[in-house]
Amino acid sequence: MPSFLNKNRPPVFCPGCTHERITSGLDNAFMDMGLAADKIAIVTDIGCSGLFDTFFNVHAFHGVHGRALTYATGLKMADPSLNVIVTMGDGGLGIGGAHVLAACRKNLDITLVILNNFNFGMTGGQFSATTPSNAVVGSEFLNQAEIPIDICSVAKSAGATYVSKCSGLDKALAGELVKAIQHKGFSVVETLGMCTGRYTKRNKLTPAVIDQMIEKQGVSGGVIEENQRPEYGELYRKLAREKTRFPEPLVVEKLFDLPHPQRQEIVILGSAGMRIVTAGEMVCSAGISAGMNVSIKNDYNITVLRGQSVSEILLSPEKIGYPGIESPTVVLALSDEGVARRKKIFGTLSPTTFVLKEKSVAIPETQAWVEEIDFKAFKIKKQDWALASLGVLAKKEIAINKEMLTFALNSRFNEKVFTLAMETVSKVLQY
Amino acid sequence: MTLVFMEGNEAVARGAIAAGCNFFAGYPITPATTIFNNMLKMLPPKDGICLQGEDEIASMGYCLGASMAGKKALTATSGPGISLYSEQVSFAIGSEIPLVIADVQRLGPSTGSATRGADSDIQFLRWGSTSGVPVIVLAPKDAQDCYELTVHAFNYAEEFRCPVFIASNKEIGMTKESFDMDDLDLPPLVERNLYSGDNYIPFEAAPDKAPDFLPIGGKTLVRQTSSTHGPDGYITIDPDVIAANQQRLRTKLHAARERISLYEEKIIPNTDTLVISYGITSRAVEDAANILGQEGKPVSHLSLKTLWPVSEQVLIDKAKNFKRIVVIEMNLGQYVNEIRRVLAGKQIDFYGQMNGVLISPAKIMEVIDNA
Ligand code: SF4
Repeated sequence: MPSFLNKNRPPVFCPGCTHERITSGLDNAFMDMGLAADKIAIVTDIGCSGLFDTFFNVHAFHGVHGRALTYATGLKMADPSLNVIVTMGDGGLGIGGAHVLAACRKNLDITLVILNNFNFGMTGGQFSATTPSNAVVGSEFLNQAEIPIDICSVAKSAGATYVSKCSGLDKALAGELVKAIQHKGFSVVETLGMCTGRYTKRNKLTPAVIDQMIEKQGVSGGVIEENQRPEYGELYRKLAREKTRFPEPLVVEKLFDLPHPQRQEIVILGSAGMRIVTAGEMVCSAGISAGMNVSIKNDYNITVLRGQSVSEILLSPEKIGYPGIESPTVVLALSDEGVARRKKIFGTLSPTTFVLKEKSVAIPETQAWVEEIDFKAFKIKKQDWALASLGVLAKKEIAINKEMLTFALNSRFNEKVFTLAMETVSKVLQY
Repeated sequence: MTLVFMEGNEAVARGAIAAGCNFFAGYPITPATTIFNNMLKMLPPKDGICLQGEDEIASMGYCLGASMAGKKALTATSGPGISLYSEQVSFAIGSEIPLVIADVQRLGPSTGSATRGADSDIQFLRWGSTSGVPVIVLAPKDAQDCYELTVHAFNYAEEFRCPVFIASNKEIGMTKESFDMDDLDLPPLVERNLYSGDNYIPFEAAPDKAPDFLPIGGKTLVRQTSSTHGPDGYITIDPDVIAANQQRLRTKLHAARERISLYEEKIIPNTDTLVISYGITSRAVEDAANILGQEGKPVSHLSLKTLWPVSEQVLIDKAKNFKRIVVIEMNLGQYVNEIRRVLAGKQIDFYGQMNGVLISPAKIMEVIDNA
């Protein structure tokens, strides 16, 4: 099988740079596996290791520092038939650490070849995430205050299903790479090598020292038994295939004619847990069923189980422009928290504004038409007060009527919930 | 009559599906999360792929990889996420990777307010990448626009091979409203031009066009690179090659500027004031203009949907007969700078508001009356 190396673009590394050996190791691995060029994508990022994509006649994707694994993920998910190989230096490893961890956890079938040469070669030999504390590098004393990371043990604990560490100068490199590429799942091969242009100028690193390091750090290469699990892409596709129902948009038909359709601005002031938003959406469905245009804005806390819950609803025979509430026609005051959130509006309400206030709720001074209701006397639980208030509106034919409300509840709830809702609403309708 | 009832974010997702989007990757962030939620429901039944990245940078990276493999990709975030997207956005711009990015804006700076709206990012979207290459930014005003403009956004992304932003706003994205699906005015779908010859040069293109596309993973070998490249996709230092490519990246959008200028207008004869706005604010402007009309003090208004590239000719033509221009924005003055630049010499009054609250029609009437 012919070489995959691009004859027109031979490697341009410093003499003695281990990257050159890894380039031919990768080429040999591809040849040994008998891969087709169009089924290989080499994904690289920045630094001397980022030149790899240019040396091969395969698909190539060269991107931003440390992000190679993110492109590789998109490529592999989009085209599972590709052999996706990422080359990354110890620089990319440091800056893209989150992506390495995520790739280990995902177990997508990608091969990550880390070219660890203990420093940033291209930018002048600064310390990286793998530089020993006692090394002499281009960062003055900074590396002395940190310790290097052992990416193989990190990868293992992050869930990588295949991890190996070897010398980039090892004759067995191609074989190591073949095993990693053939592994179905995320595989990490950390190669240790010499940056002759920078690192080995001031640090005693020889092939023999690298061999000793490999021996000492003792990562038994290959399949990590305890991490074995299905490959991400296959598992994803299996799970996704089970999702067959496309969610169609909520469509509401016009069924009712209102004698005098009028713009309504409805504010529901309540608290988390009172199903304020659901009640608001019921008003909207009811409105659409009578040919109105509707909009609803909700205001609730980021911590959804606590605090105010406020819905602002517009019903309008005309298309709705500005979606804010200017002069409410209806205010449902169902909790002190909700009222506190909009206390300024009470002073602005007109005498025709209908305010329904629950007995336990205090509201500021207002000239609006206020009615009080004691939901507790109806034995209606707090979580149903908003719904029950809609019953009051329907009974008084303010903004909605009984048919509209029944339709809205029926069309949005399943039978059981609908029956319960109607029970609640009936309590106030009979009142 | 039947109406659909959905929030702007759901409409973006539905627009994307209508445009043939088959890949989404995102990271949860209020107020954009429901785009992600919707795509996660909609893509699997359509054999599309929907992923959550480990962060925003990764989500963009997934999209870029998938797009280069031929997918039509969408991502969605808000201001803090756009900050993180920036390095990948630059890549997509410079290396011509089609992609649609929905920015459901919230009140900045920084993490700002997660649930308060503002048009915070209008200049950021334009200039938040290295090199200053133009981008396309579309601003919807309501849920229906979210749907329509997302389809346009995919068309532009495919045609020009570039990221296209949808500058939505919390007040649109998270507001549910009704509209009539029959009112949707959707353009015919555009797909990226696939190369059909037998000597593919990945970045070879006419001086005002995007290069033809072939996917990574296809029979023909494809190169993609974030580095300054020649047509062959390899690094170049040849000043002429660099200059030609830089120029082409601008020209491909600027040459099409008028064609991709989307806007709505209501020009009333014999009025002397033109109110220019965009996004959610333009709805309050329309209301204000209607009320002023009823009061016998009519004004005209122009609501821009394509914000970038700046529709210079549209602005010049529309403003020609007006004595006074009033610009209203939900920030303290971002796009008004473009309008001042293009309409230099005109009287241009401005009102901006950045307090997490919508600008009301009453406020706009006051500005029009007093300014
Ligand atoms: S600087 Fe170091 S890593 Fe880069 S080519 Fe030279 S020896 Fe290799």
